[in-house]
Amino acid sequence: MDSAQAYGYMLYFVSLMTMGGIYAIMCLGLNIQWGFTGLFNAGIAGFFAIGAYVSAILTTAESASHLGGYDLPIALGLVGAMVVTAVIAWLVGLLCIRLRSDYLAIATIGIGEIFRLILKNEIWATNGARGIAKIPLPFETLSEPWNKIGFMLLVLAVVAVFYFVIERARLAPWGRLMTGIRENEQSARAAGKNVERFRIEAFVCGSVLMGLAGGLMAHYIKFIGPGATEPLTTTFLVWVMLIAGGSGNNRGAVLGAFLLWGIWSFSEVLTGRLPAELAVKAAYFRIFLIGLLLQVVLQRYAGGILPERRPTTNKVA
Amino acid sequence: MPVLSIENLSGGYGEVDILHEISLEINTGEIVVVIGPNGAGKSTAMKAVFGLLRLSGGSVHLAGEEITNMDPAQVVNKGVCYVPQTNNVFPTLTVQENLEMGAYIRKDDFRPRLLEIYEMFPPLVEKKKQAAGELSGGQRQMVAMGKALMLEPTILMLDEPTAGLSPIYRNEIFQIIRQINASGVPILMVEQNAKQSLAIANRGYVFVDGRNRTTGKGIDLLNDPEIAKMFLGG
Amino acid sequence: MDFINFYLIPGLVLGSIYALGAIGVSLVFGILRFANFAHGELMLIGAYTAYSLMQFTGLHPLIVLPIAMLFTSLVALGIDHTFYKPFRASKSTIVIVASFGIALMARSAVQIIWGVDTFSYSSGQIQMPMILFETLRLSPKHVWIVFSSIVLMIVVHVILTHTRTGKAMRAMSDSAELAQLTGIKTESVVKATWVLGASLATAAGVFLGWDSHLHSMMGFYMLLPMFAAAILGGIGQPYGAMVGGLVVGLAEELSAYPWLGDSPLLSPAYKAGVAFALMIIMLIWRPSGLFRGRVF
Repeated sequence: MDSAQAYGYMLYFVSLMTMGGIYAIMCLGLNIQWGFTGLFNAGIAGFFAIGAYVSAILTTAESASHLGGYDLPIALGLVGAMVVTAVIAWLVGLLCIRLRSDYLAIATIGIGEIFRLILKNEIWATNGARGIAKIPLPFETLSEPWNKIGFMLLVLAVVAVFYFVIERARLAPWGRLMTGIRENEQSARAAGKNVERFRIEAFVCGSVLMGLAGGLMAHYIKFIGPGATEPLTTTFLVWVMLIAGGSGNNRGAVLGAFLLWGIWSFSEVLTGRLPAELAVKAAYFRIFLIGLLLQVVLQRYAGGILPERRPTTNKVA
Repeated sequence: MPVLSIENLSGGYGEVDILHEISLEINTGEIVVVIGPNGAGKSTAMKAVFGLLRLSGGSVHLAGEEITNMDPAQVVNKGVCYVPQTNNVFPTLTVQENLEMGAYIRKDDFRPRLLEIYEMFPPLVEKKKQAAGELSGGQRQMVAMGKALMLEPTILMLDEPTAGLSPIYRNEIFQIIRQINASGVPILMVEQNAKQSLAIANRGYVFVDGRNRTTGKGIDLLNDPEIAKMFLGG
Repeated sequence: MDFINFYLIPGLVLGSIYALGAIGVSLVFGILRFANFAHGELMLIGAYTAYSLMQFTGLHPLIVLPIAMLFTSLVALGIDHTFYKPFRASKSTIVIVASFGIALMARSAVQIIWGVDTFSYSSGQIQMPMILFETLRLSPKHVWIVFSSIVLMIVVHVILTHTRTGKAMRAMSDSAELAQLTGIKTESVVKATWVLGASLATAAGVFLGWDSHLHSMMGFYMLLPMFAAAILGGIGQPYGAMVGGLVVGLAEELSAYPWLGDSPLLSPAYKAGVAFALMIIMLIWRPSGLFRGRVF
């Protein structure tokens, strides 16, 4: 193996870890919503898109084609992405949180689509189908590969921080209460807990992570357009990751994200070598296989690779 | 040989057993009443006969044939009909359609039976085409019982048929139960209304905490001072 | 007249298509107790099967429709047996996730077999619309679509009210447990539900393809309007779903009519959003729907 090849592999590994990390953040978010609290969010792509666009608009240089040009530091862009997603998730939560699982799934997928419709059609703000380009990448002043490695480390640091925070929260009374609401809403209510408020909290916390992941992705790819948030690949992949990794288990969520992203990306490399005509079809075959993988996991390994481990006491009150 | 016999039946829904070695039998032509405080496992025992429960021990026999753990459809096919306490009619189906569903497993012409049922429950005749969910509680109970009787069952099981009904309807339902029984159908009935039900029963069982507490002739239980203190508010 | 030609008639056509799809969504939701996220993909499979049959035989869409229905029904039964049946006793949320996966698998299967290009049923020549009363323009295919949809809905009505299986379907939708206690073979009812739902989805898919064109994303785009229609009409209420479908279809088309002034009330780009918005308003305001469906 010559050094150019080794360099290529190294860059591939860096991109794998970066993308895996971004998905891990979303997966942790979904774990708060679904794994802990049992909220079925089928609109992940919507929150992801909001975060991506907000950060993009806040940090890009002035442009005639879209809203923005605030040229703010990236850190502020990401914070902005989280704040805006939080506010929107809170409003969505106020409206929808009482809905039971199936209905919540339908409502969130509908809301996610409305977001995407707005982002696609409000051209003055988002440049419509052409999307927003020239989004700054952090560490841009560094030379390649250090800028990419720097960004990977940033993403992994974010994953680590949120992993520890969420793991603490899971073991704290807050986490136990969330699980209690999932398992037995009635008794949580009987214990005098404001179930709606806690469900909204979980919904907002999870969605904020999805918004943050969207922001990070926008900076990483340096471009965001309506095509980048295709509802099924984003939403569905995160779901498969969480379920395969182990719903309710934070380590499982992170593991599932990296593992599935690895499989996803690696299969792309493999099919990329096929002749052009077959390669197009092979892309759909990959999606088919991911769907099949989900079915196998659901039927045979319902708990995922790392099943949920409940804290020692599971009393609600 | 008893029509239906339950022997030392134990079981429950989750991990925990609700029934502990319950035994009960009902013979040809009898009305048997099960009474007991809330949570005594009365309705649970009924569901156990229908295979709706996880059983951990014991057996159920229908006319000598073992039907333990059969699924509900099979039990119905054996001629056992069960009228649950709530959700016992299809609310969006008309009265007539509810009765037709009662005869779902019949392959023969059930129209004569339909006429008999309407004779047994005259108030239903003019409600034929009305959705069952729109009827009053008493009429709904009639639909539920009529639906079960469409099969001409070998045994009829009723879960608190008079719960929540006005005294007039309650008397009417008890009247009908006696009438059904007089036509030769043995009846196993769970009742809160111990006084009235024991009065028409051949025999009664008292369940407490998922166990057999006592059993005897309906009239004896009715006159038992201890039972009276427990259930009859006396 | 523009109002009728360009808003009302397209709204009725779209509404009929939604209604056919929504009946299936509503029946499956009522009887199997889960929101089938793969229902749009049954439409997709039906529409593409009909396309291939037409290519093969050169026959009219309405003639190949029954064969496409049969095929799609078999696919639906196969999916149910392999992927949904193992979860019959589980919580519905697991089945929703599974159906989510089925939607993707079915769509990618279509993309593998037929590719991602748009197809059209018509072979190029444009049929001239019939012109009535000098200004009313009726395209023959629109007439056929609406007429066939009405026929299919009457067939559904007859099945549900005059056949033993149809009544058992309504009974099971009311209460699955009582249906079991009544001796109804619930698994046969489930099968009948899939056949009916898949056949109607096929009709909806073929009509949509006939009205515009075929595309591998059409199933997903149809999914939310169908859910919207089913929820609007009340889950488990097939008649509600019919009305719901018409309401959603008309609302989508009429929202673009210049009710105030000269510009469209709502930009046509937001047409799809009308269905989502209607659905969410309905879920929040009255989840049982206009016709008092069940809320699980």
